[in-house]
Amino acid sequence: MSTPIASSPTSSRDRGGPGQPLLTVEGLVKHFPVKKGIGGKKAVVRAVDGVDFDIKKGETLGVVGESGCGKSSTARLIMGLTQHDKGEMLFDGERIGSRALPLREFRAQAQMVFQDSYSSLNPRMTIEGSIAFGPRVHGVPRRQAIERARSLLARVGLEPARFAARYPHELSGGQRQRVNIARALALEPRLVVLDEAVSALDKSVEAQVLNLLMDLKQEFDLTYLFISHDLNVVRFICDRVAVMYLGQVVEIGPADTVLADPAHPYTRALLSSMPSMDPDNRTTVAPLAGDPPNPIDPPPGCRFNPRCSLVEDICRSHVPPLAPVDPIHRVACLARQPGSGHSAAPSAEAVAA
Amino acid sequence: MNEPRTKTPAGPAVAIQGLKVTFGGRVRAVDGVDLTLGRGQAIALIGESGSGKSVTLRAIMRLNPERKSTIEGRILVSGRDVMAMGRRELTALRGREVAMIFQEPLLALDPVYTVGRQIIEAIRQHEGIGAAEARARALQQFERVRIPSPERRLDAYPHEMSGGMRQRAMIALALACNPKVLLADEPTTALDATVQIQILLLLRDLQTELGLSTLFVTHDLGAAVEVADRIAVMYAGRIVEEGSARQVVLNPHHPYTIGLLRSRADGALAKGSRLQTIPGSPPDLANRPPGCPFAPRCFLAEDRCRAGDPPVVDAGPGHRAACWKTDEAARSFQAQRAELSDA
Repeated sequence: MSTPIASSPTSSRDRGGPGQPLLTVEGLVKHFPVKKGIGGKKAVVRAVDGVDFDIKKGETLGVVGESGCGKSSTARLIMGLTQHDKGEMLFDGERIGSRALPLREFRAQAQMVFQDSYSSLNPRMTIEGSIAFGPRVHGVPRRQAIERARSLLARVGLEPARFAARYPHELSGGQRQRVNIARALALEPRLVVLDEAVSALDKSVEAQVLNLLMDLKQEFDLTYLFISHDLNVVRFICDRVAVMYLGQVVEIGPADTVLADPAHPYTRALLSSMPSMDPDNRTTVAPLAGDPPNPIDPPPGCRFNPRCSLVEDICRSHVPPLAPVDPIHRVACLARQPGSGHSAAPSAEAVAA
Repeated sequence: MNEPRTKTPAGPAVAIQGLKVTFGGRVRAVDGVDLTLGRGQAIALIGESGSGKSVTLRAIMRLNPERKSTIEGRILVSGRDVMAMGRRELTALRGREVAMIFQEPLLALDPVYTVGRQIIEAIRQHEGIGAAEARARALQQFERVRIPSPERRLDAYPHEMSGGMRQRAMIALALACNPKVLLADEPTTALDATVQIQILLLLRDLQTELGLSTLFVTHDLGAAVEVADRIAVMYAGRIVEEGSARQVVLNPHHPYTIGLLRSRADGALAKGSRLQTIPGSPPDLANRPPGCPFAPRCFLAEDRCRAGDPPVVDAGPGHRAACWKTDEAARSFQAQRAELSDA
């Protein structure tokens, strides 16, 4: 009746084996030039300023942080939607854009779902047409592409007979996001970047889409990069989490550790900013004052120092490296690094023991 | 209070009785809402998109498009009928008696005037005082909403402020004429969590400080718990459950409230387990099914739910739910909670 969606087994595309990270990002930098005021002096927005992480095969890596921290920019750099200034990105061991892995080939293996489900679909194309568009561009015959689109629609819970010929405005937000997910899967990708993909949905719909994402991941052997500002959702769906602040990763590690026992004061502040669900125990003091700072002129030293509760002089002059607190958990905070000169830092002997 | 008010009438700040709002003669967005906002009380109206919470809120200030909508029922603000008001009275009501803050301050503030000028204009419009005096009042408002270096910020344009600062400026504008009732339509939805909590705490402080009666529309249960004494849950244009924040969150009696609480990712049993969802989607408001609007998605629905409107049942002092099966619903919720805490 329908062609199997995952026609080529992923194992044949797997080059480096299970130990090789699917995506490695090293020293990624993107600065956007801006002008301040009319005819004013030039400045740069340091949107992404030296980001390193990797995503293992089959895992879900969450990226959290306030607006302007560079999480969406990072996603767009990975997808090649914006050109990066510096840094290296390896997909299954091959440099993206190299002869071994041209951008076009990479894009067939990495797809993205955006927050705004409406503006990411062509309003003048039926949803079936939108889903089949990618495969058609990559040379799949029309009939086969349409057939695949229909079986994907069925898979994301939209009955093809009822929905295939509809236009985006004829669907609800939740249904449109399902279409976007189906479209992302049409090229049988290995990596799916979800940029606030459930943030605009109502809670009950969000839960349905999260369940769908978990099922699809299992079924199609996917790896997710999951960008969100909702820490509850991230804790629920992600294996590991990277916390970003002003264009840099400040903490990265297993979701259960980072979101339960955070090592960075910023992560702790983010967590305690979540509204309490207990009427007897409401929040009394806001953990952070003021708004997220501007990525144009980040403060010297640790970028979090003006808002940090543990700040000491050393924080204003020394940039903390992203150093391990244990083999799978790294944090960029002088207060957590032995011998850093911060009074709260563990002593070197205590760590050695 | 800055200026003396002529006698404060007794009774609730806002009383809504049998409110029905129909758009274009077909879409019944609000379908029989009864709600009483006591003086100095904070009520959160929660619900998903299309549940009628914002339309209810707007009806209090008569902000819904009058030509395109039919409004039935009664709305009393301090005992006076809003529906019977003429243009003049309405202008006096808006801003001076009842004020509103919106989700997106960048759209609600005028981009071509400084924020200070907009506040001064509002004060002078209502009170006919001099410019210098109005400016002093505006400055006082900025201090009240804790805007740093307020003197300088008064002369800033909306686009020169950050999101959190703009929201504070809008609150300052709303409170400029010392209204008694504050209506807030998703005031923190567009903000970062770290800023959201600051604004929620500010709203809570202002409410106690100024004795405001607040009606707060949100889709986020967490935000509702942070600011509200009472929570009213809306579904398809009706209030399906209303009670104190404690009652609604810890001892819900309506299946929809229970569904909302269960579908939260923080309520999931374990990582990797499936989230409990509410199946289906809200009804088409132009073709409402008979009976309880939630019946097609309800885990407890039976024939009588689809036949006629459910009764409003008392679930405790000041706690009501519109459902035939409140006891069973509450038992099911408590059983699952016990299971969760055992695990």
